[in-house]
Amino acid sequence: MRDQFPVGMRVLAVDDDPTCLKLLEVLLLRCKYHVTTTNQAVTALKLLRENKDKFDLVISDVHMPDMDGFKLLELVGLEMDLPVIMLSANGETKAVMKGITHGACDYLLKPVRIEELKNIWQHVVRRRKFDRVDADDDYERLQGANCALGHCQVSDGSAELAGRSTRKRKDQIDEDDDDNNIDCENDNAQENEDQDPSSQKKARVVWSVELHRKFVAAVNQLGIDKAVPKKILDLMNVEKLTRENVATAFGVRDPSYLHMGALDGFSNYQSLAPASAHLPALTSFQPSGLLNRTNPARLGLPGLSPAGIVPVGCIQNNAISNPIDNLGNLSKFQCITENQHGNLLQGVPSTLELDQLQQSKRVQEANNGFPNGFSGNGLASASCSTPFINTTNNPLLSQSQTQLFQSRGLGSHSSMGFPLINSESSQGTLRVASSNLSFNHDNLSNIGNNFSTVSHIENNPISISASSLLGGSPYDSMAGRNLQNDSSFLGGNMIHSHVTIDEKPKILNFGAAGSFKQKTEELKQGLKNEANQVFSAFAGASQPTSHIIDPNPINRLEKSNINGNTDMGLFGQASISAPVLPPRYRIDNKPTTDGQLNFKDEFLLGSSRLQGGFTSNGCNFDDLVSSMIKPLAFVATHDVQSNFVRILEQERDDLMFVDGDIGCDFYPLGACI
Amino acid sequence: MEHSRQLGYMKRSLFDQGYLDEQFYQLEELQDEASPNFVEEVVALFFKDSLRLMSNIDQALEKHPRDFHRLDSLMHQLKGSVSSIGALRMKNECTLFKEHCDEQNIEGCQRSFQKVKREHAALRQKLETYFQLLRQAGPAEKATRSGV
Repeated sequence: MRDQFPVGMRVLAVDDDPTCLKLLEVLLLRCKYHVTTTNQAVTALKLLRENKDKFDLVISDVHMPDMDGFKLLELVGLEMDLPVIMLSANGETKAVMKGITHGACDYLLKPVRIEELKNIWQHVVRRRKFDRVDADDDYERLQGANCALGHCQVSDGSAELAGRSTRKRKDQIDEDDDDNNIDCENDNAQENEDQDPSSQKKARVVWSVELHRKFVAAVNQLGIDKAVPKKILDLMNVEKLTRENVATAFGVRDPSYLHMGALDGFSNYQSLAPASAHLPALTSFQPSGLLNRTNPARLGLPGLSPAGIVPVGCIQNNAISNPIDNLGNLSKFQCITENQHGNLLQGVPSTLELDQLQQSKRVQEANNGFPNGFSGNGLASASCSTPFINTTNNPLLSQSQTQLFQSRGLGSHSSMGFPLINSESSQGTLRVASSNLSFNHDNLSNIGNNFSTVSHIENNPISISASSLLGGSPYDSMAGRNLQNDSSFLGGNMIHSHVTIDEKPKILNFGAAGSFKQKTEELKQGLKNEANQVFSAFAGASQPTSHIIDPNPINRLEKSNINGNTDMGLFGQASISAPVLPPRYRIDNKPTTDGQLNFKDEFLLGSSRLQGGFTSNGCNFDDLVSSMIKPLAFVATHDVQSNFVRILEQERDDLMFVDGDIGCDFYPLGACI
Repeated sequence: MEHSRQLGYMKRSLFDQGYLDEQFYQLEELQDEASPNFVEEVVALFFKDSLRLMSNIDQALEKHPRDFHRLDSLMHQLKGSVSSIGALRMKNECTLFKEHCDEQNIEGCQRSFQKVKREHAALRQKLETYFQLLRQAGPAEKATRSGV
């Protein structure tokens, strides 16, 4: 900035109306600014792109023939991160609102007065300062979290990205990234063009196994420190995939989402399902990892786990704000879990879920405060980063929880009904909750409704769609909302996967919807039991060898929990309120060394260990119980139903039901995007 | 002297009759040595561009089926520059036109637009006279603010 700032501040003025443009030019000159004018938005963009450092501020009319002013606003904000002031003759509140929500730092009415223009320099100063601070905060947070997780390395890239804050890239960002991102940003902008403005930020990408694999491959190829979204995007070469999606996968958009750490959790998860080496397919997820901390090797994702670069699903860009939003994200997230895995996820949530798990684990580690379930810790990051089914230890769970639940939103929710994914092989009842990808964040009540069962559990990878997990309505403290949807518990939407359970699937019923409410107390009480049960259910579901939950708890759970509430659908067990995962998760019919499966922990968290995005790792039950209150375990919904049924049928009741507000607490089940 | 008085009178009358509003003063304020004929230039620019916009509206009014959204949009553009030069009466007619668009009242739009055109023509005539006077008047007189 020049010494005489605001004198000489460089303004780019855009207005298709020559009269207005001339007037504006003279007004700005009178303010002693340096003015460049153009009557075309495309020209303006070109000028800006040529050298974004040439201007300090952009003033643009809203109504232009070649490009909508709001669009220009967005592009400028995204690409150049310059303050943009909108000008319009339309002073209606909704028009002004639109400007502001699109990122305008001010909205002036025509005819514009010189007094107003004399003050516009403030926006430049404000943005500079704010950006710096914001970025620093994000960065620090990210760094801290990552370091805690032992993934500092990974955080470098993401920190940088995170440092950008969700707002825009700052000039500080290195050129490379900027350049890389520009195109992507454009793509995003394009992509969003057709979308409803309110949902613009939601990526519609479903993070499938395939995508995940590509993502991982790209990251590995690039190397952690070079793995910037743009490059990854290029390598992945997926149509319609945006940089934002990729960035989200990193969790960068959501600094709190630590993401990488989660991967570790995954490995645990994976290990949980030791027996089967079925995890194979999931290159990137290691569901088992989540389950079993002691068996990190299981992590099926080559190179993934350590790096923790699991894309948590495509978290939407702005998922941060609202846990519910996260749910939405979850919906998009598909977690495909291999059946064999048995782990909660019934296999490996190949997609983000696993990552989630991992992440959640990490997050958990990093974030011990899981006070209301989730702290804002990265994983949970506001944006529900990916809910993942994370049955791993506590840390994971909490992580996932945090992940899933935005501290603000999730925390308040008690356990999330987490439908345990019961992959009963024979069950055709599980219907993938595919229908509900469009998770309506705001309407948590959808959870129950949205929960669609997953069918084909058998031998089908479980794809858990985050949304389904979240499904819908958040549960308030264990109360759990009624899962309207009979089949889907929690989130039927979320889980899309087919849980294949070789063995009798146990349905972990997390967060039994609805009916939990009344059973809050019971739940708490039963939490412990449930946790076990759930856990086992969870475990059981996936595969014969995996997750076998200690029969006792299960039985107990079964009895107590399986009420067969109709309203709950399969899952509606109020009893299950607490964390979904039973504390003990037995793999291969053996109690896990970890003490119960991390599920326990997770159960506490009420995370979804189940099938999909549930992370429960070794939390101890007590903790679990207490944490259940808030959080929710989110359960792979789709499978819930069938699982649920299975659970009922099972002797052991693995039902783990996490009652709670699923909505927000959804966890890392894969980011649902 | 005479010019100056005439100018003053004319300007006052333009304001009194509502042809111009405060915004016109703002334009005059911007006129300085750097832009000595700024007001006249801007006004000229306005009249030229507004013809184009009004022609578009005329065409849109003839189209079937009626596209009120487009009509409203076109008028919105016109209104922007109208208000920028302070053409009050014309601006008011533009507002009425937009209201008719909201009501999807095509006849109302047509009537209203006729008024818009009339106001446009009237203002143009008056301002042309005004600027003529202004040119004839000396620099001292030009510098005089309205309300002389």
